[in-house]
Amino acid sequence: MANLVMFCILAVVILGSAVMCVITKRIIRAATFLLFVLFGVAGIYFLLDYTYLGAAQISVYAGGITVMYIFAIQLVSKRSLQGLIERVKGSRVISGLLLSLVGLATVGVVLIKNNFINAAAQVTDTEVPMDQIGTALLGSGKYQYVLPFEFISVFLLACIIGGIMIARKEDKK
Amino acid sequence: MFDFSIVTKWFDALLSQTLGLPSFWTILIECVLIGLLVLTAYALICIVLIFMERKVCAYFQCRVGPMRVGPWGIFQVFADVLKMLIKEIFTVDKSDKLLYAIAPFLVMIASVGTFSFLPWNKGMHILDFNVGIFLVTAISSIGVLGVFLAGWGSNNKYSVVSAMRAAVQMISYEVSLGLCLICAVILTGTMQMSGIIEAQTGPWKWLVIQGHIPAIIAFVVFLIAGNAEANRGPFDLGEAESELTAGYHTEYSGMGFGYYYLAEYLNLFVISGLASAVFLGGWAPLNVGITGFDNLMNIIPGFVWFFGKTFMLVWILMWVRWTFPRLRIDNLLKLEWKYLMPLMLIVLVLTTCCVAFGLTF
Repeated sequence: MANLVMFCILAVVILGSAVMCVITKRIIRAATFLLFVLFGVAGIYFLLDYTYLGAAQISVYAGGITVMYIFAIQLVSKRSLQGLIERVKGSRVISGLLLSLVGLATVGVVLIKNNFINAAAQVTDTEVPMDQIGTALLGSGKYQYVLPFEFISVFLLACIIGGIMIARKEDKK
Repeated sequence: MFDFSIVTKWFDALLSQTLGLPSFWTILIECVLIGLLVLTAYALICIVLIFMERKVCAYFQCRVGPMRVGPWGIFQVFADVLKMLIKEIFTVDKSDKLLYAIAPFLVMIASVGTFSFLPWNKGMHILDFNVGIFLVTAISSIGVLGVFLAGWGSNNKYSVVSAMRAAVQMISYEVSLGLCLICAVILTGTMQMSGIIEAQTGPWKWLVIQGHIPAIIAFVVFLIAGNAEANRGPFDLGEAESELTAGYHTEYSGMGFGYYYLAEYLNLFVISGLASAVFLGGWAPLNVGITGFDNLMNIIPGFVWFFGKTFMLVWILMWVRWTFPRLRIDNLLKLEWKYLMPLMLIVLVLTTCCVAFGLTF
């Protein structure tokens, strides 16, 4: 019962903030509502006893990505993003609806056809210890993920170098 | 050693067995009570810290500090709080009202959230997750957003400049703060707060002694970075009065400002508390391997040790704050990115080598 109550609260927060994030006119408010959506998702992870994933969600998304968005918003001109009004055409509404239906159908089929939920429901509801996660992330055996981990670090390095290349001032020759 | 879990177990049994409540109501009542206790402790510690800051500051500047309200001025802070509570709250024209209203709460969430992780005594942890330390750094990063949205929402150019500075500073110093905590995690082998303290009980087991050179460097860097993270001391660029009026909370009055004030002091306490928990053993008493001395030290309850260590560190940080002049923003960032962070990366390797070759005590 407690889980259900918490889930309902989180669901209301997530859905309400998501809708507000889309319909608000001020871009920095949209970023703030996005932050609440991400908090809500982190809350669901905690509800599922996925504390590591919840902590990573708060740390990476709430602490990192949202701050990055807000900094990026600072870099654009104030007038170009404040109080923009867009006329919504009928054809775009229909295409949007169709796209979301396709998305819903995909998610639904994946959820029904896949045995993931049944498998997950059989696992006992306990917190996964931290050292197990660490071993899985950095081990090279079966069901261990050192290759993606290292690949992501190379990818991040490439991003950093690219960022420096874009940001640095050209030397005057 | 006084174990606080006796009290919590007794209370749990009282609710669930003696009163016969179902588990839902038991947990609900316990959660509400703990929430109230945390907030009360938060407010009380904040009052103590503000009074301490005023007196310490006064003595460093050869003054006597507040003396009028009550003997030795001890009721001064209560008068301040009363004043702040009854002050009129006004909003700013053309500001973003929603963000202006939300921002103090984000700062408070970050502050109360990290505060709840402090280990007060054996068996007296409020939040004790498996990922403890990681979650502390995650929650503390919410504060950046609160500061930034306050500056943006105030519609004031000084506030925006100050918010920019504070956000940049907090994001930068989080890096070396995290690296210091990783060093501690490597040495103790766990991320859980209670586990970190358990690893430091016993003769000569405090982390600064157990991990000798790397742990001592990490401890000092942690204090420096923590001071910057809390926007205090020589790093209070976010609220440099002479340049930016009052910083990102210029446009806040009454309790809106009060929340920032509370959060600033509690962040100081949280940083000191984390440093004392992670590096100085938290509630672990000083043991030297001589049975008589150890038994004597073990009689002293854990929370006395914890508060003693924490307030010693708070005092050191205040000493630093009222001694050094403020840095310039580029010097501040240079200190972090060119000195502290590379140093911490080297220390991280050094710690790993020490642990791998068994060179710890």
